[in-house]
Amino acid sequence: MALYSEKVMDHFRNPRNVGVIEDANGIGEVGNAKCGDIMKMYLKIEDDIVQDVKFETFGCGSAIASSSMATELIKGKPLSEVRKLTNQAVAEALDGLPGYKMHCSVLAEEAIQSALEDYESRQGKPAEGAGT
Amino acid sequence: MIYADNAATTRMSETAIQTMTSLMNENWGNPSSLYVHGQKAKEALEKAREEIASVIGANAREILFTSGGSEADNQIILSAAGLGEKNGKKHIISSAFEHHAVLHTLKKLEREGFEITLLDVHENGIVDPSQVEDAIRDDTCLVTIMYANNEIGTIQPIRKIGEICRRKHVLFHTDAVQAIGHIPVDVAADNIDLLSASAHKFHGPKGVGFLYAKKGIRLQSLIEGGAQERGLRAGTENVPGIAAMAAALKEAQEGMETAAAHQKKMRDKLIEGLKQIPHCALNGDAARRLPGNVNFCFEGIEGESLLLLLDDKGICASSGSACTSGSLDPSHVLLAIGRVHDVAHGSLRLSIGETITEEEADYIIRSVREVVEYLRGFSPIWRDLMSGKKEFIL
Repeated sequence: MALYSEKVMDHFRNPRNVGVIEDANGIGEVGNAKCGDIMKMYLKIEDDIVQDVKFETFGCGSAIASSSMATELIKGKPLSEVRKLTNQAVAEALDGLPGYKMHCSVLAEEAIQSALEDYESRQGKPAEGAGT
Repeated sequence: MIYADNAATTRMSETAIQTMTSLMNENWGNPSSLYVHGQKAKEALEKAREEIASVIGANAREILFTSGGSEADNQIILSAAGLGEKNGKKHIISSAFEHHAVLHTLKKLEREGFEITLLDVHENGIVDPSQVEDAIRDDTCLVTIMYANNEIGTIQPIRKIGEICRRKHVLFHTDAVQAIGHIPVDVAADNIDLLSASAHKFHGPKGVGFLYAKKGIRLQSLIEGGAQERGLRAGTENVPGIAAMAAALKEAQEGMETAAAHQKKMRDKLIEGLKQIPHCALNGDAARRLPGNVNFCFEGIEGESLLLLLDDKGICASSGSACTSGSLDPSHVLLAIGRVHDVAHGSLRLSIGETITEEEADYIIRSVREVVEYLRGFSPIWRDLMSGKKEFIL
């Protein structure tokens, strides 16, 4: 019995969408080094669609896997769907996380919503429904 | 697999396994039974007691068998506190980086009205004997300082602390779980009144340990029942485990000099090699540490991911990061030596065994370097550090 599911280990070992988008139009960073987790999301949004997404994460295996899975879940999706992304969806897509690691999926949700808010504030729009 | 987590547990030695199975197969009687089959088990039990006593410079009657280090710590501290309370002494001195078996027992006593002083362990992870001298008061009933730290391996000046306690007539306990079987421990020469040890840290079985209580110190029983262990620990004795523990300890003691010399060489090789990784720091004094302990902090990365990736490379190690402890805070040991949270999360402990080879040490250095570089490659903290947005701590 391993600590994590195969899915978590796959996303941890081979994280998708790692890196930086130089011309991102929405950037969000959540967490802090004191707690041991920081996630940074870069979004490139065009026509209300997430054309590209990349992440950088400082954190444990499940934090890295949650970031990776979250980017997969929103890539190519319209903003209306992205706003609805929940930490539950991230955790489920990973075939579950140990109870004390659920906060990693929360962080992933928050990082994406934070990047979305940044995008919307850059557009001069209110961050409606973001982060709820 | 390269097993570099011997501070967590060790592999049982062949001798220990053989001793254990032979008792299980042939000498499985109850030592409390009067017939020969039972008395043979009793013999094995008392032989083990004598062997252990002779290794640590004690008398057989001063050795009590327990389920391990934690039970020994609990029984000793609670007993000493009980003795102190009888004389109106309710002050205990310890250090900030003791094992939780000690710290949590002290917390419990604190809730019951005891006053606890936890001494600072400084950046090098070593208590200064003068701190103990200064902290002792008229109402101090116990000083409990570990022989060697389980995470950073620093060896404490036990003999000097013991000498001070003797002079001041205060009981002195040392949790020697990480030291016994690895470095010389002698209760007489080291002025130790009370000591805890655990078999599985020196190639014995899990679930068995012992305590030493100097003649004349009255212990309390934690487990009520039969009259085993002179009424101080009820329950039928784990004879195979105890005999295997004695066999393992004897073997460890006999091979100690050779093993320690080799381990020290490999330890220092690992320290030198890992030091080359930028922005890292060795935790704990470089010289006054256990022969098998290496502990580093790497800035910009988190320990659990480091461990998982090392596991993929066949290396078993441990970390003091919050994620590996199941709590939000990183190791209390690393915080006690002044590491801030940010870097304490990025720690790695390698506790090497006696059989590690040069090639394995080289492979560990290479692997750690690769994994640290890889994780830094997508760490937002590392990016901020490299771009100057944040200042390096290490």
